[in-house]
Amino acid sequence: MSDALFEYLCRMGDNTLVLGHRISEWCGVAPVLEEDIALANTALDLIGQTQLWLGLAGEVEGKGRDADQLAFHRDVWDFRNLLLVEQPNGDFGRTMMRQFLFDGWHLAQLKGLMTSSNDQIAAIAEKSVKEVTYHLERATDTVIGLGDGTEESHKRMQDALDRLYPFVGEMFIADAVDQAMVSDGIAPDPSTLRPDYDAMLDAVLAEATLQKPTDDFAHKGGKSGARHTEHLGHMLTQMQWLQRAYPDATW
Amino acid sequence: MSSPESSPYSDTDAAPHGKARATEWPLWEIFIRGQHGLSHRHVGSLHAADAEGAIKNARDVYTRRNEGVSIWAVPASAIAASSPEEKGALYEPANDKVYRHPTFFDIPDEVGAM
Repeated sequence: MSDALFEYLCRMGDNTLVLGHRISEWCGVAPVLEEDIALANTALDLIGQTQLWLGLAGEVEGKGRDADQLAFHRDVWDFRNLLLVEQPNGDFGRTMMRQFLFDGWHLAQLKGLMTSSNDQIAAIAEKSVKEVTYHLERATDTVIGLGDGTEESHKRMQDALDRLYPFVGEMFIADAVDQAMVSDGIAPDPSTLRPDYDAMLDAVLAEATLQKPTDDFAHKGGKSGARHTEHLGHMLTQMQWLQRAYPDATW
Repeated sequence: MSSPESSPYSDTDAAPHGKARATEWPLWEIFIRGQHGLSHRHVGSLHAADAEGAIKNARDVYTRRNEGVSIWAVPASAIAASSPEEKGALYEPANDKVYRHPTFFDIPDEVGAM
């Protein structure tokens, strides 16, 4: 039981850690100052949530590991994030499309966790829900603005959607860890979140004049850790380089 | 590094910067009412494609540390401003009309700081 809970908390924390790091890569190079600051704010929100999720994961595990150790001392095969969030930023449009696709799932997931039988999880979800509500609002506006924008921005957003849509399915596929969480009343069954997500997606994509790909093929293996894409390992060499070069270095 | 379009060292030593680039978003002036403040105060400006975007950008640029409870975004082009050259005509006459300044009253100590 506590093994499954540890897995589950790593999934939540690794999602926010990996996506938070990904969007922090825009810091100083975003297309305009305002978007640069907004992305950095989102990254900081996600890293803040990571500290809570991985901190709790370390407690549940009971082997003396804290959030920093989980973030910086694990290698790629121990990460439990969705494949979607480790995908490279691409252009600004692709970054915002990835953000939108993730935020929609993230918000639904967190809302479900607010009524978790585990009080600490419910408290983290309640704090995160406010931040993520704003993330989704902002990403939605950007997807609509760029999708229904110029010919070039429309094309870039459609390319982004075509490229990232095969990573959407993984968010909603329940496995043994999810089932253990459901039976303990800790977390919602991810597959039950799909209909609302699809309705939200269809409404936004229609307004953005974008076509949802018809193929429902879903890449899997991120949240189970079985098969990450090649990109995560490269990202970790950057994110973890200091701890790899100087183990346990502190300020 | 400045982008090539705005570099003053392109052809001559001081080539004019020219008009704003066509791709630049309109400028908005941002006013924020602080947590304890009574009125909105001007905090700065930013670029955004529309009013909704301006409010969102203001939230990210100017209220990151809980500074505000309410945001106004006003298109910079909609602001009418007095020009600095008119300063004399507008404000100086007030200075020689001492009766306009309430400096002739003794304030009782009980009133405290005003």
